[in-house]
Amino acid sequence: MQRLTVPLLRLLAPVAAVLFALFVSGLVLKASGNDPIEAFQLMWEFGTTEQSIASIIDRSVPLYLSGIAFAIAFKMGLFNIGVEGQYTIAAVMAAFVGASVNLPPVLHVGLILVVAMVTGMIWGAIPGVLKVTRGVSEVISTIMLNFIAVSLVSYLLANHFLDRADDTLNLQTEKIPESGWFPDLVKLGPNATVGGFVLVAVLVGAIYYVVIWRTRFGFDLRASGLNPLAARASGVSSNSMIVKGMMLSGAVAGLVGMSTLLGFSHNYGLDFATGLGFAGITVALLGRNNPIGIAIGALLLAFLDRSSQILDLEDIAKEIVVIMEGVIVLSVVIAYELVQRVIERQQRRLIGEDVPPPEPPETPAMEPVGAPA
Amino acid sequence: MDTDQAKAVELEGIVKRFPGVVANDGVDLVVQRGEIHALVGENGAGKSTLMKILYGMQSPDEGTMSVNGKPVAFRSPKEAIAAGIGMVHQHFMLADQLTVLENIVLGSEPSTLGRIDFKEAKDRIRSLSAAYGLDVDPNEMVETLGVGERQRVEIIKVLYRGARILILDEPTAVLVPQEIQELFANLRELKAQGETIIFISHKLDEVLTIADAITVLRGGRTVATVAPQDVTARQLAELMVGSELPVPETRESTVTTHVQLELSDVAVERDHRFLLEDIDFKVHRGEIVGIAGVEGNGQSELVDVILGMEPVTRGAIRLDGEDVADLGTRKRREAGVGYIAEDRHRRAMLMSSPLWENVMLGHQTRPPFARGPWIDRRGAKRRTQEIMASYDVRAPGVDVAGYALSGGNQQKLVVGRELTAGAQVLLANHPTRGVDVGAQAAVWDHLRDARGAGLAVLLVSADLEELIGLSDRLLVMLRGRIVAELDPTDVTPERLGSYMTGAHGDEAA
Amino acid sequence: MKRQTLLLAGGLFFLLALVRWITDNPDLTSSGTFSTTLRLAVPIGLAALGGLYAERAGIVNIGLEGMMILGSWFGAWGAWQYGPWWGVAIGVAGGAAAGLLHATATVTFGVDHIISGVAIITLAGGITRYLSVEVYEGVQGGGATQSPRVEGVGTLDVPILAGGDLFGWSSPDVLGWIEDKSWLFISDLAGLLRGFTNNLSYLTLIALLLVPFTWWLLWRTVFGLRLRSSGENPTGADSLGVPVYRMRYAAVLISGGLAGLAGAFLAIEAAGIYRQGQTGGRGFIGLAAMIFGNWMPFGAAAGAGLFGFADALQLRDRPAVHALLLFVALAALLYAAVLLKQGKTRAAVVTAGLGVLVGAWYFTSDKVPPEFIQATPYVITLLVLCIASQRLRPPAYDGKPWRKGQVE
Repeated sequence: MQRLTVPLLRLLAPVAAVLFALFVSGLVLKASGNDPIEAFQLMWEFGTTEQSIASIIDRSVPLYLSGIAFAIAFKMGLFNIGVEGQYTIAAVMAAFVGASVNLPPVLHVGLILVVAMVTGMIWGAIPGVLKVTRGVSEVISTIMLNFIAVSLVSYLLANHFLDRADDTLNLQTEKIPESGWFPDLVKLGPNATVGGFVLVAVLVGAIYYVVIWRTRFGFDLRASGLNPLAARASGVSSNSMIVKGMMLSGAVAGLVGMSTLLGFSHNYGLDFATGLGFAGITVALLGRNNPIGIAIGALLLAFLDRSSQILDLEDIAKEIVVIMEGVIVLSVVIAYELVQRVIERQQRRLIGEDVPPPEPPETPAMEPVGAPA
Repeated sequence: MDTDQAKAVELEGIVKRFPGVVANDGVDLVVQRGEIHALVGENGAGKSTLMKILYGMQSPDEGTMSVNGKPVAFRSPKEAIAAGIGMVHQHFMLADQLTVLENIVLGSEPSTLGRIDFKEAKDRIRSLSAAYGLDVDPNEMVETLGVGERQRVEIIKVLYRGARILILDEPTAVLVPQEIQELFANLRELKAQGETIIFISHKLDEVLTIADAITVLRGGRTVATVAPQDVTARQLAELMVGSELPVPETRESTVTTHVQLELSDVAVERDHRFLLEDIDFKVHRGEIVGIAGVEGNGQSELVDVILGMEPVTRGAIRLDGEDVADLGTRKRREAGVGYIAEDRHRRAMLMSSPLWENVMLGHQTRPPFARGPWIDRRGAKRRTQEIMASYDVRAPGVDVAGYALSGGNQQKLVVGRELTAGAQVLLANHPTRGVDVGAQAAVWDHLRDARGAGLAVLLVSADLEELIGLSDRLLVMLRGRIVAELDPTDVTPERLGSYMTGAHGDEAA
Repeated sequence: MKRQTLLLAGGLFFLLALVRWITDNPDLTSSGTFSTTLRLAVPIGLAALGGLYAERAGIVNIGLEGMMILGSWFGAWGAWQYGPWWGVAIGVAGGAAAGLLHATATVTFGVDHIISGVAIITLAGGITRYLSVEVYEGVQGGGATQSPRVEGVGTLDVPILAGGDLFGWSSPDVLGWIEDKSWLFISDLAGLLRGFTNNLSYLTLIALLLVPFTWWLLWRTVFGLRLRSSGENPTGADSLGVPVYRMRYAAVLISGGLAGLAGAFLAIEAAGIYRQGQTGGRGFIGLAAMIFGNWMPFGAAAGAGLFGFADALQLRDRPAVHALLLFVALAALLYAAVLLKQGKTRAAVVTAGLGVLVGAWYFTSDKVPPEFIQATPYVITLLVLCIASQRLRPPAYDGKPWRKGQVE
């Protein structure tokens, strides 16, 4: 029965966090003169329509990939806060290359994906190399590289990658020809199609699970994250592990913008989605770096994002959802911490009960003070 | 005839329970004022817990305490300090980046309106230093101090707070014989000035030298209180353990002529300092070579260099005749280098991972743990069960996390893991540190068996009994060099200690 | 202040003056530039000080950026409603509230410091976005992502040195006079000093005073010693009766308050308005400045000044940034020579190579693309971290989880 309660406890944490976030947001809404029940009801109704469900699945894909990217690095004990920059620069490169060539459909899409992954891998390798050679904390370097990526992308868009055929003043790349479009998956109803890229996300998730938990490489990676010194003593080269881990994380990060690029916009413009990097951290934390947990987290966040749009029509600031997400993140990590402590205490108690105590000594104790030696 | 007034400390019926273990199960302790009272017992007997209770770091579940005749119930160290009790911990609690003065006055700073009065602090420290012969420089950063100096800082720390009752937890654990003599001189001086001293130790000969009274704890209970002139070390040991001590037996030598590990002219230089120099020795199959030396004289670097975690500046390392200079740690481990780390928390275990993953650590690239690029879970779990059975590792199953095991069981698991992985050379760095006597004896037996089967072992240890009892040959390291090769059957701890400190004179062995 | 550091700073400044003279770019060392430098350095420096308090106590505060965001929003709102000084106070309070949250998560619940920091940034973004919409939409001058304009706290000019008023008498502007003469190094120095004494905001003055105050507080008082011990040796401190949890809470609260002050300064003094995204990563740059300063207040201030200078140049004078390329190239070559003398040939070659590249860039272009200039503070931060990371000494228990009574 011990084995049952651990996963149950672990499930309790995110559920409690979401409920708590609803409660806090309700308070905030109330304090600003809105009716929280009405707001939540509206969100639920809107969020469960066919169109919304399709949209939610589509929105969850980049979130999921971002979460996986962060989780890969996190399992290694690294904080890849640079997913934001990695996917941005990967998207612009992939858009540019994709629009510059004309290949048969599968190859075209494949090339775009490869370019995106390689670009992300390179941008992710930089903080890894800096950490290994100069001891620079990847936390700060990835954040700096995010900003540098933004500047670099602006420069590239304005000077080299610009779509000069377009008359509008929008800075964007040329449109990718249709051979580079990703097909739709299924139609749930009128105006409710789910993009096919969701299959790629599922594939990535499956590969993540298998690599991290079932391969030797994954064992080495996890060991490095849990105890770098012990991992080194067991033969893991920590330097090469750090760089490889960041490269892998960056490669997956590169895919984050691909569902949008290949399925919807077909070019990269300055209005390309931002903030997916940080959202990925939220999702990874919610899902505790577990491929299924991250999926649930991504769907949850996507649901919140989508359903909040209805609030605009009712004159309620839809940004309440961002507050909700912030509260969810903070409370879920606290909740996981508490649950972990409970589990640890349980396990220790279990050891104390089930294990027979050492045998009592056979010989009687010596006489106390005064007895002859 | 002692009156209540002369009892500095009286503990009666102290009980303290932790999840899974009863650390103190009705302990009694009476310490007279102005005496040096030793508290002995093996690891896990409850000495540390009892002192933590006395010092206010824990509260007892049952029992009473009185200090100088007055009943007390400390809820924090601050209250204990106020009652005149000071504790010098086994692991020094000094901040490297703070000065000696800052470390000493922390928590009891002389101040005006929040501003620290440095002059007053310095004066007090200097006068304490002079009064008890404890030489320290208030302005030095602690990180530059050696072990003996740090201990002096710790002692002044408690004296500064007006401690009249000093608790010293395993104070000689990190000192060499000469420093121990200095410490004892300081303790006698303190006693002469009216201080009461409680001295926790498991070094029985030292205890017999310095103590006025000895209390023995075993299994969380007081077993006896004796006067040193009435007992021998052997009797004390038997009280501690509860049974006859194993006598180091004469045995058949299993040493062969096959050289399994060889170091030639190995040197390691870092920051213009030689951490290792002129290292030359061989370890044969069926041989245990012991490395003795005070911690910090290059032993850890020696192990790291053989493991491949530290590069050599010069020299060659050969495993079974093959030069391993180009091989990284992984290849060396695959070539048959086993490793028992001196600090399993930091180097040998993944505490939050299940036992079967811990058993893989260090061997994760080969069967039964791996099949090609994949992990073989079933193989790993099976091997874990085998190890748990043969090495008496107490745990409900292979999926339990590492942190759930007691220290002794963790170490047994690590030893089992290394001895069953087909090692040709075993690097055993303090293999029984932090392990109770029962588990220690088991580990020693396993090592002897492995040696008999042909394993070559390099044993680094600070436990002189372990070194002398297990080794076929003893090498002494000092300042990164091997300064002596001794025969363990005809060396005494004193002679060994003098080689370890570079004072190798010709005193009587 | 170590003599070596002073000499190094002096030498670099001389090089800068030289470049100014060679490239005829007076803005490189003008009092206007330094004045702007100061204005831009203050939020970075306050954030750096904030980070310092927290990390000296052992808590990593990545959430500084979020606390700054809250400080900027609440600062502007408070200034708009009640006046600039009230804005400052409310901004500080906003940052400190987030600090309380961070402290609770990390100290009491043992959450990983980085994760808590990231969560707080997310939360701060959400709160300010929501409040902007609720409060500012429809208000004149404001909107969904910005507040109406607000007044600053006021400035002063130091008399005699920089033409300030002395009991109603308009005193001469000595430094300004020297600066106009364009004498090599002396005029540049005058520019530097005048930047610190002319058009000086009262908040800037407070910020400047906080630097030596922080040093005094942390190294000369009981509170400071206990705070530092909580970050260097919490178990030891605990055994001596130091309330480590409480010290950490205090440190993080101060940290949040300082970040809030930084944000309030940004909104009230520097920009005169709250705008979504105006913090622009300065919280993170502040952390970089703290690391650059080796977790010491004066070092952190110097780092903030350096990053502020880069920021100021790109704001004021694009051509001057181009001249900066020459400065970087020359400095790199000089540093390469030093490395060579130290025997580190590989590093020397790399540095010299970089210097040559940057020099070539200078000579083959006449301006730096605006997008690159935008990235200057971030690139410099990275460069500084690369060069200096090895020589740094963070507090021993910085970022490590600690629970009372845990076994080491």
